[in-house]
Amino acid sequence: MSKMSITRRGALQGAAVLGGLAAPMLNTLTAHAQGAFDWKRFKGQNVEVLMETGPRADLMKKYQKEFLDQTGITLGIEVIPEQQARQKVAIELNSGKPSFDLFNFAFHVQKRQFEKAGWLHDLTPWLKDPQMMPAEYELEDISKMGMGFSTTSDGKVNALPILCDYFMVYYNKELFAKKNVTFPKTLDEMMVAAEKLNDPAAGVSGFVGRGVRNANVVLWTQLLSGWGQETIKGTKLITDSPDAIASGEYYKKLLSNYGPKGVVGFNWNEAQGLFMQGKAAMWIDATGFAAPVEDKQKSRVVGKVGYGLPPSGPKGHGSVTFGTGMAIPKASAHKEAAFFTMLWMTGRAMAGRMLQVGGGVPFRSAPLKDPAIISTLSIPKEWADCANGCAPLSMSGLPVIVPVTEFRDTLGTALTNMLTGADPGAELKRATAEFQPVIDKSEQG
Amino acid sequence: MAGGDIAAGARITATKASGERRLRPYLMFIWPALIVSSALIVFPWIFTIWMSLQDWHIGSASKFVWFDNYTNLASNRRFLEAVGHTMYFTVLAVFLPMVLGTWAALVFHKKFAGRGFYRTLFIMPMMATPVAVSLIWTMMFHPQLGVLNYLLSLVGLPPSQWVFSPGTVIPSLILVEIWLWTPFCMIIVLGGLASLPTEPYEAALIDGASQWQMFWKITYPLVLPFLVVALIMRTIDALKAFETIWVICNGGPGTSSETMNVYLYAQAFAYNQVGTASAVVVVFFAIIVALSLVLLWARQKAKWN
Repeated sequence: MSKMSITRRGALQGAAVLGGLAAPMLNTLTAHAQGAFDWKRFKGQNVEVLMETGPRADLMKKYQKEFLDQTGITLGIEVIPEQQARQKVAIELNSGKPSFDLFNFAFHVQKRQFEKAGWLHDLTPWLKDPQMMPAEYELEDISKMGMGFSTTSDGKVNALPILCDYFMVYYNKELFAKKNVTFPKTLDEMMVAAEKLNDPAAGVSGFVGRGVRNANVVLWTQLLSGWGQETIKGTKLITDSPDAIASGEYYKKLLSNYGPKGVVGFNWNEAQGLFMQGKAAMWIDATGFAAPVEDKQKSRVVGKVGYGLPPSGPKGHGSVTFGTGMAIPKASAHKEAAFFTMLWMTGRAMAGRMLQVGGGVPFRSAPLKDPAIISTLSIPKEWADCANGCAPLSMSGLPVIVPVTEFRDTLGTALTNMLTGADPGAELKRATAEFQPVIDKSEQG
Repeated sequence: MAGGDIAAGARITATKASGERRLRPYLMFIWPALIVSSALIVFPWIFTIWMSLQDWHIGSASKFVWFDNYTNLASNRRFLEAVGHTMYFTVLAVFLPMVLGTWAALVFHKKFAGRGFYRTLFIMPMMATPVAVSLIWTMMFHPQLGVLNYLLSLVGLPPSQWVFSPGTVIPSLILVEIWLWTPFCMIIVLGGLASLPTEPYEAALIDGASQWQMFWKITYPLVLPFLVVALIMRTIDALKAFETIWVICNGGPGTSSETMNVYLYAQAFAYNQVGTASAVVVVFFAIIVALSLVLLWARQKAKWN
């Protein structure tokens, strides 16, 4: 019986052979780490998504099986109404243990709050990583405004934009033709047109729009864009400037003189209801309302509606824009899989589908120019052209501050007071003085 | 006798001591209930009071500010207006359903054909979900498209702006409250009427009393304890009213129908001002407790002797 002994040379030779055999295996294991983008990279994971009620959530639910087949990632999609979703997101992120890995939110409401609290995961490195970012995503197709919304004040991207809402004019072509009025290009022309079209005896208002506290602020900021102004400069409110007061006077005159009775309590849904019944000649609101207006089951003005750019004012021309995006909490345990889900939800294919069903306008330009999508729109092409025309006029409709809801309530109360007779100058000065300390405190805290 | 008294006293002390000894092993069984009620009732209250002493906005660090939130409320125009709206709303939302409910109970206490069917029909609003009901009323109130103005036009009356005008918003909301809560008052009073003895009425009839005299001298005093129960429950409910106001008009136009509850909701969930909202909760709770104590005292007074 020969005695087995391990020599140093033998051990080194053996290690070399084993190393040679193991190398291909190691290559296979590290392929994901060194190779190209692979949708299946995080297969088997489960991602919980929180979405606000609406067509985009319906669409995601409808196609979630397609996503599972493409990635192997299972989605749990919880859908709750907007207001409740906002509260849930803030409370759960604050708790440090959110029940979701991905959620959608309105930039104009919660962006600054999330940024200040540092609750969101920084996506910037992944956007430059070819293993995390597929070429087909076409990041460069997203508008400057969209990426601006998604970027924090220190240049980090912590969300991806999904949909935007421009403000546009919906008008009843039949009523315009009856009174021989042409579509107004300026705010002065709009006031004249509203006067001509206003016919209380026939139950027709020349103009309808948001009058109710909070919601009314965005209609006013749309008018304010005609004076080339927004609501804030840095952290200083400029809502009591001479231009702001002039736009307040315009708002008061337009709605009080040519709006329907009770407009002080009108939100978008009351305004939409009146317009859809053919009882209002013009309505300024967000792009997202075209689908119900063109729905034969609900609307009496199908085929009679024109879509126009907001009129220009004496000092400017804008279309106030509001955006929603998707973000991943820092506390999520499935950040990578959530990012893949986010790419799918905000990608070009889903944006096209959203446009087709009239669910909203993407922050991307390609779907708006794609003949295959435009030819299958459930709403007139004129609407898509108008939305495309609004993009270059895009302006922020609300200040990017933490207490934005309080801002809307305070300024909104001033606007409702104007509609019940108060002086615009006095109201805007009072509201500005009342709210400036709130901003100062929130920026210090 | 002094010696006897001492002996009796000693016996009582001994009995008490032996009773306590017997009870001691069972005291531990109280702990689970005590812990659960402390966790569910006492702790949230202490925590709310503690939060009300903080300057705390969700997403920012909190700071102890003693009673600043309370002193700020005392000079906050919007909060003080909300207190006024709450009182105005509560008085109308209690008084009108109570009067109409009592009247309906007197009607449904009489025997007539189809009484059961009409009673069922009458209490149906109470069974509806307030949010769903509010949505329907919102549509009915629409100044141009709502059915209420159409009904007014049928009888030649001018249209109203209902909840779309600061001047008419609270009375319009009261209309919804009446529709929702009159049946509740009716049921309680009807229960009281069913339990009344018949002898006093027979005696009154023999004495030649009128219907009004029988109501005022017999029915009203006897049914008063039930009315007070309805009053207490309705007052607490009206003070806490939220769904109808929030869904129909969001506390508007402007802040013209903003009650304390709506203001509280805005502070807590729209502005994320946890400290201010907690202070409002404490003040609101104190008001409800004070009013309930007054009403409970009234109930004691109204008891049958």
